[in-house]
Amino acid sequence: MHEVGIMQSALDAIRQQAVNHGATRVSRIVLRIGTLAGVDQEALRFAYEALTPGSLADGAVLEIESVPARAYCASCHTEFGAGRGFIFECPQCHAFSGEIRAGRELGIARLEFP
Amino acid sequence: MNSPAPLPATPESAPDYRIHALTGAATGSTRDLSGPLSAEINAAFAASPDGEIAVRSVDVNIPLLEKNDILAERNRGYFLGRGLTALNLVSSPGAGKTTLLERTLDEFGRQNRCAVLVGDLETDNDGIRLSRPHAPVAQITTGTVCHLDAGMIARAAQSIDLDGVRILFIENVGNLVCPASFDLGEQVRVVLLSTTEGEDKPLKYPPIFKSANLVLLTKVDVADVLGFKRDVAVENIRRIAPQAQIIQLSARTGEGMAEWYAFLQARAGRR
Repeated sequence: MHEVGIMQSALDAIRQQAVNHGATRVSRIVLRIGTLAGVDQEALRFAYEALTPGSLADGAVLEIESVPARAYCASCHTEFGAGRGFIFECPQCHAFSGEIRAGRELGIARLEFP
Repeated sequence: MNSPAPLPATPESAPDYRIHALTGAATGSTRDLSGPLSAEINAAFAASPDGEIAVRSVDVNIPLLEKNDILAERNRGYFLGRGLTALNLVSSPGAGKTTLLERTLDEFGRQNRCAVLVGDLETDNDGIRLSRPHAPVAQITTGTVCHLDAGMIARAAQSIDLDGVRILFIENVGNLVCPASFDLGEQVRVVLLSTTEGEDKPLKYPPIFKSANLVLLTKVDVADVLGFKRDVAVENIRRIAPQAQIIQLSARTGEGMAEWYAFLQARAGRR
């Protein structure tokens, strides 16, 4: 349950961005989260509901873009989508890959200020 | 709004933020704004016939664990500069991290100076168990926090004497989920899986295994009693974490400990 801390640091970063852009509120927050980031989206939404009332993000829309995992096969040099599971088996040569090319993202992608 | 507002300098001066162009639609040069976002706003003005912009959308790309990641990189540089290798040991509670470290300090630690930072929510129990005259140990009690972060490590590392230390063990809070997201600045991440946990743990908690450099299969001495199938566990680790080296050991009987020490010796900071 570190999602509360993550959401708190997101709100801190958003507050800084709002100052930089001369805004007092944010109306939409788009997060980009990889499936391997180790962050639970439900828990993150829960933290968002708990932390935003009275803040500059009160009433803002939270959008979460999920980034599917991609891996690279060192045996046959192909990059492939890892599907739903966490076992990255190369579709070409069926070797298992531990080289992750995408899926660890955890960040704020976009903000909208009214 | 009735002022021809340039970008307000402080949030207070823009209570309900909207940008209107000057009434009478000033031409290009007078509309030009400077400062943050000026390019975007000027472009929006140009595209908006009535000179009003309702919403500004900004691509920001801010990593959410940026603070932690920066501190982690700083730790890594600090450790490298001191010529020591830091290992982050992660597992469920009760997988045998402390027992493994006790024996490691008593054997490997006699020839190679080691230090330990150990995290728990409460009590100094593990720190006390690990205390040895020849090994500096610091306990980090996190209160309610479910993982160690790079800031805790930076502070804890300052609290002990690292002179001559070749290996710094960081015993993370027992948790197979949250520590996966927090880089501490370690060079090696070690994930422990004990035979009391079941062979399918790697399939159930993939992110942490995906991030491992080394997986230790612990308590192998009781595997048979428990009906734990070591080959199945190893196969599961290989499927989830093909990048990781695997060592099977028992800190009680000593089986596999030589291989663990060889791993440490190969990775230890040179001095």
